[in-house]
Amino acid sequence: MAKVLMKGNEAIGAAAIKAGCKYFFGYPITPQSELPEYMARELPKVGGVFLQAESEIAAINMVYGAAGAGVRVMTSSSSPGISLKQEGISYIAGAELPCVIVNIMRGGPGLGSIQPSQTDYFQATRGGGNGDYRLVVLAPANVQELVDLIIEGFDIADQYRNPVMILGDGMIGQMMEPVEFREPKRRDLPEKDWATTGTQGKRKPNIINSLYLQPEELEEHNKRLQAKYKAIMENEVKVESYNIEDADVVIAAYGTTSRIARTAISQLEEEGYKVGLIRPITLWPYPYDEFEKINPNCKGILTVEMNTGQMLDDVKIAVKGKHPVYFYGRTGGMVPTPNEIIEKVKEIYGGEK
Amino acid sequence: MEERIIIAGFGGQGVMAMGQLLTYAGMIEGKHVSWLPSYGPEMRGGTANCSVIVSSEPVGSPVVVNSTTAIVMNKPSLDKFEPSVNKGGRLFINSSLIEQKSKRDDIEVYYISANEIADELGNMRVANMVMLGAYLEATKTVDVESVLEGFTKVFGENRAHLIPINKEALERGAQAVREQMKANV
Repeated sequence: MAKVLMKGNEAIGAAAIKAGCKYFFGYPITPQSELPEYMARELPKVGGVFLQAESEIAAINMVYGAAGAGVRVMTSSSSPGISLKQEGISYIAGAELPCVIVNIMRGGPGLGSIQPSQTDYFQATRGGGNGDYRLVVLAPANVQELVDLIIEGFDIADQYRNPVMILGDGMIGQMMEPVEFREPKRRDLPEKDWATTGTQGKRKPNIINSLYLQPEELEEHNKRLQAKYKAIMENEVKVESYNIEDADVVIAAYGTTSRIARTAISQLEEEGYKVGLIRPITLWPYPYDEFEKINPNCKGILTVEMNTGQMLDDVKIAVKGKHPVYFYGRTGGMVPTPNEIIEKVKEIYGGEK
Repeated sequence: MEERIIIAGFGGQGVMAMGQLLTYAGMIEGKHVSWLPSYGPEMRGGTANCSVIVSSEPVGSPVVVNSTTAIVMNKPSLDKFEPSVNKGGRLFINSSLIEQKSKRDDIEVYYISANEIADELGNMRVANMVMLGAYLEATKTVDVESVLEGFTKVFGENRAHLIPINKEALERGAQAVREQMKANV
């Protein structure tokens, strides 16, 4: 199929429909409202349902119900709206249901701003809801990757019976880039024999639940969850690296920030600096092992984020004290410029190339 | 080749559409492109702008801070974006609405009376296309044919009947640039 120019938010909708998602429950919020708008227009055409709920809390619980019935279902919001959804997300994770949740992040805390940010990294990767649960968190850096990750995200969710979060920001949601809807490599997925689809009098009822009043049972349930998370950690890590074996400074950045870092690196190379990049595509599971490949004589790792230092914690865990770790971030919807990153890299170089 | 363009004006002057047409045309020609709108708590009659990148290499940061070209449709946009045009870059000023001359002597400046020309064509709404035509003539970033090919993609098939007047607007913008170049020789 030929390339089309699409806005990130609309591309998410198109990709979800391509992946067989027919149900969307949401509530509008800038900067992702083009997505529910797109779904409202397009889902009825494929026999699906778009429903604007009365609140984010209602929307996520509709996702809970639909996922329990075994269908592909999605919701989306932006930071404060995702906060409202946390209770439902924890329930969905506890009940082991597959769904895709999109967070097009904006500045925080609180209502914050409507401009791009990456301030929900902790919430997405550490769990904003209660309990020992994990989301698979995917962080696309361009609209094509956004499309590909949405499609694969539905498969990951189904394979592990686990919610998947797409973590973008206002910039990737609003920008337009060429995309191609390639026929995706489909995974061999298990039957959804756990879904509440009606017994037809032929089997015992399936029960979707996250309540275990017997401590022994709940501990067993948690052990099962942890075994699943371990399998995800082993099989689903995605990362893109550039020149890390040879670099004097390595930048760690994800999503749109990694693009700005890439522009900075090109300019630094023209001046003779050797700078690498580690771009995690999965934020959970985090690509800790990739940091082992960094040049042992590297002068430092610079984490760049649109927050005050959240992925920074994972970088420190990954580096294990082998290299000094630095940070550069902007907040409030301010986007770092390549020049700001260049200055910071030169500071780490300490005046010598 | 990397063109980093800022297009700015009042809401309603078609600056977003101008950017999308340019981006689509670049994509049709197999170039790497991105389009990023400013967004915020906007109001009617407020300013709007978009960043467009057309490049032979994959696009890094989609945010245009320093531009190779700025196209400004109104006075506030001139004030805001004139200083950030790279040395040797280009500035296209809609002289129908901006009386002021550029303060820069290290860039190429084009004065296009886009609203008057659009008015002569009988449709004020093609002023943006006059500016785009001027830009394309001066920079040759993409072919006019590619812009016309992208037209129905941006505006929809039911706007195909407007292609002739838009084509004429592009041509009049190009003509304005040619006249200015001749005058400067």
